[in-house]
Amino acid sequence: MPYYRLKDLIKAIRACKTAADERAVIQKESAAIRTSFKEENNDARHSNVAKLLYIHMLGYPAHFGQIECLKLVASNRFADKRLGYLGIMLLLDENQEVLTLVTNSLKNDMNHSNMYIVGLALCTLGNISSPEMARDLCAEVEKLLGSSNVYIRKKAALCAMRIIRKVPELQENFLSKAKSLLSDRNHGVLLTATTLITEMCHRNPDTLVTFRKAVPLLVRHLKSLVSAGFSPEHDVTGVTDPFLQVKILRLMRILGKGDAEASEAMNDILAQVATNTESSKNVGNSILYETVLTIMEIQSESGLRVLAINILGKFLTNRDNNIRYVALTTLNKTVSIDTNAVQRHRNIILDCLRDGDISIRRRALELSFALINETNVRVLTRELLAFLEVADNEFKQGMTTKICLAADRFAPNKRWHIDTVLRVLKLAGNYVREEILSNFIRLIAQTKDLNAYTVQKLYAALKADISQESLTLASVWVIGEYGDILIKGGSFEEEELVKEVTEPDVVDLFESILAGPYANQVTREYVLTALMKLTSRFTSTPVIQRIQAILERYNTSIEVEIQQRAIEYTNLFKFDNIRPAVLERIPIPESKEETSRPTDDFSSGGGGGGSLLDLDGDSIATDVKKVNASENSQNTVDILATIFGSGPSDTTDNLTPSRSNPKDDIMSLFNTGPTTTTSPNLIENTPSANPLDDLITTSLPSTNENLLGLSSIKQIAPSQNTQTVNPLDSLMDLGSTKLSTAISPPTETNAPAYNKNGFKIGLSPFKDQNNPNILNINVTFHNVGVGSDVQNLLFQAAVPKTQRLQMQPPSSTTIAPGAIVTQTIRVANPQRVNVRLKLRIVYDTSAGGKVDDIAEFSGFPQDFW
Amino acid sequence: MLRFFLFINKQGQTRFSRYYNVQLQPEERVLMEADISRKCLKRGDSQCSIFEFREYKLAFRRYASLFFVIGFDEEENHLAILELVHAYVEILNAYFDNVCELDIMFNIEKVHVILEEMVLNGRIVETNKNNVLAPVLEMDKTSK
Repeated sequence: MPYYRLKDLIKAIRACKTAADERAVIQKESAAIRTSFKEENNDARHSNVAKLLYIHMLGYPAHFGQIECLKLVASNRFADKRLGYLGIMLLLDENQEVLTLVTNSLKNDMNHSNMYIVGLALCTLGNISSPEMARDLCAEVEKLLGSSNVYIRKKAALCAMRIIRKVPELQENFLSKAKSLLSDRNHGVLLTATTLITEMCHRNPDTLVTFRKAVPLLVRHLKSLVSAGFSPEHDVTGVTDPFLQVKILRLMRILGKGDAEASEAMNDILAQVATNTESSKNVGNSILYETVLTIMEIQSESGLRVLAINILGKFLTNRDNNIRYVALTTLNKTVSIDTNAVQRHRNIILDCLRDGDISIRRRALELSFALINETNVRVLTRELLAFLEVADNEFKQGMTTKICLAADRFAPNKRWHIDTVLRVLKLAGNYVREEILSNFIRLIAQTKDLNAYTVQKLYAALKADISQESLTLASVWVIGEYGDILIKGGSFEEEELVKEVTEPDVVDLFESILAGPYANQVTREYVLTALMKLTSRFTSTPVIQRIQAILERYNTSIEVEIQQRAIEYTNLFKFDNIRPAVLERIPIPESKEETSRPTDDFSSGGGGGGSLLDLDGDSIATDVKKVNASENSQNTVDILATIFGSGPSDTTDNLTPSRSNPKDDIMSLFNTGPTTTTSPNLIENTPSANPLDDLITTSLPSTNENLLGLSSIKQIAPSQNTQTVNPLDSLMDLGSTKLSTAISPPTETNAPAYNKNGFKIGLSPFKDQNNPNILNINVTFHNVGVGSDVQNLLFQAAVPKTQRLQMQPPSSTTIAPGAIVTQTIRVANPQRVNVRLKLRIVYDTSAGGKVDDIAEFSGFPQDFW
Repeated sequence: MLRFFLFINKQGQTRFSRYYNVQLQPEERVLMEADISRKCLKRGDSQCSIFEFREYKLAFRRYASLFFVIGFDEEENHLAILELVHAYVEILNAYFDNVCELDIMFNIEKVHVILEEMVLNGRIVETNKNNVLAPVLEMDKTSK
């Protein structure tokens, strides 16, 4: 037997102790209701549908009641109608076809004399009408919008809103009515009218123009709300109708956005609302919040903006979490527009980092990152590092990346930068991304003077904790590179105590890492490589033998990468005479910006802390950080491979595409397009007979590196995919001062290109014998009247996009007075247009002067081609 | 615009629910309600009562044993929504005379009707106590 009344059903459900019980009761009742419906029992229908709605709310299927609801709607009793419409609203949605059956009832009811029934119909239509229904009943709604009854008007307004959303074309019908609604006295109507207009403006920007004229009207309304005396009707704890105020403010926001005139009209009232509203209660705060949002979006004057940010600042000090949450969210949005004003509240924001509520912490974190700039970077990073210690794991990765990026951008000095990144690694090493790690290593390599300090610190950190993977990787790499500095430095600070570090200590540490539980394959690879490097840095033989023993242990490792490294390194021990050279320091990787100037490292030429392979380092200017990561771990292996002539290695494929970048930056100096790959003929791929001789014996003058950087170094021949570039090829080329045999001796005249300050440059072109598209130019530098030696000569050239350039080294970079120096450059000109050159000449005079000049030259004879 | 109204008690049972323009199957709906109630129950009194949940924002207030949760999307003012909750509860209070959870449980249709007077299709119609209650009382009289 079904329960007769809803109350009894509810009681029964409450009495159930378990979910299964409840399900049973409900299923029984559902079945009873279904039978009852089939019996067409009119009296019971009402209570049945009520029960059904309750069951539906609990989440059980109730679709079989839909038709019953329709029948209820058709009845004459008000209670039935009401329940029927409610049922329809709950059980149906616009996608169901059954809905169209309701259309007729709706139409009749909307013309009913009883306003409540009209209200019901409007309510239903407003909630779930489908586009077809909207179209059908649009006319009715329009009529009701003009009704004299307030109750009907306000519902009709929202109904109209739904219609507009479903059928945008009908918007025009409501336009004029909506405007007139704005002058209504009743707050309810005003509220709904504002909502309707807001929706219209959202949908259709054209209506914005029409409604902008209504701005003064809105301002007047708002004014009366704010300054009106006590009006008990709409009062909410002292504030008159806050909902209406908020809605009007929002409409003003949309109308004022992008329009100076409208914004101007609003300025006063906004200021008034902002200052007069009481902020002790949530009500006032909600209005202030809306005002702040509006001020931020329209074109308000700066005084108003400052006021808004101050309000947000006051919110931040409020004890109520909700308000702080809201303030932080808004500040996040505005910080990009107006950073300075937000800086003032920095301390409060930092306090929020420690709040108990996680939503507030998260927002404060985002905000802090946005606030970092040069002046406050130290303070903020200190706070952020303190927070990193206690942060939840989900924050950690984002935080490490952002802290390191901020440190990168705003570091006051290198030492601080290194310290900060080191601390990050120590605190959250496991959550650090690869790129950050490689950036760090690059940074270390670049700050040579701090190498000793860095390696000591890293050693101390590693000794204390080998569990953080990134820290281990970074430390191992650095110790491997600069192990000799570590030993030479002798001591390091470990918890305020200065301890000696000896070679066996270092090897012990590495062994413990290898044996430890935290080492994965990457770590082991790094350690092996570092150990190998140490064999050439350390001097004590027993230690070196120990290292050899360790390496030999891994000769049979299952992991192929490890085994390969171990075997190769072990083999390297047989080549004792070249081992030190092989294990020289890795070239300093370039940072992104540093491409147009020679760095100090190059002055050391070959050997030692600078690097023989610096030349490659220069041209491997990468803005591809991933390349660096692979470079670091595999660089020695690759160089090894290429030195032994094992041919192209895979990683060079990565390296080469980026080589055009240094030239790009320099070319931008000359405002010409970058020169790219040389034509196939220019590439010499075979290394000379004894590659290492060239490596070791050639000491190239520093300025050549710049030429390398400038001119297009060997790139992958476009047509020859199988040949990859050998990084040492360029080396070979420069190492051998012999010119390409294809160049014929100069026969043409020497065209003057530059003649200033007693320094003359002449260009004599002659065609290449083998390839008519190539032009060889012999450049002569003549120190005619400088008065003293010309030193550190640097000659750079650029060609238009359609041509390509290659430069050979000059015969000398110092020109005594009256002497002549020559240099050959080759231009590939496949399109056979006139060759134009932009030249840059830099030199020092021994008298102390420095000359840096730019010149253009296109004076080759036209009939040359 | 508002997306849903939800009244949940401390045991996680839904006492009242009303959705606007939300397309969800009944099973999904039940799951979502359970999720929401878990999140609200976890919050202490001193913590924030506004948070983000899937694609909605939620604002809730606890009155005695019931959590009144309103889900809305971007445009609405968070603090104003909290005010709306309070206004609604006050109106219920006036209608039922010291409303309690049982009142809401046993008079669901009335609660629906009152809500309909206040909110239409996710937008606020009327917030004034008298204006909302007058038609409701009138309708009660005619339906007797």
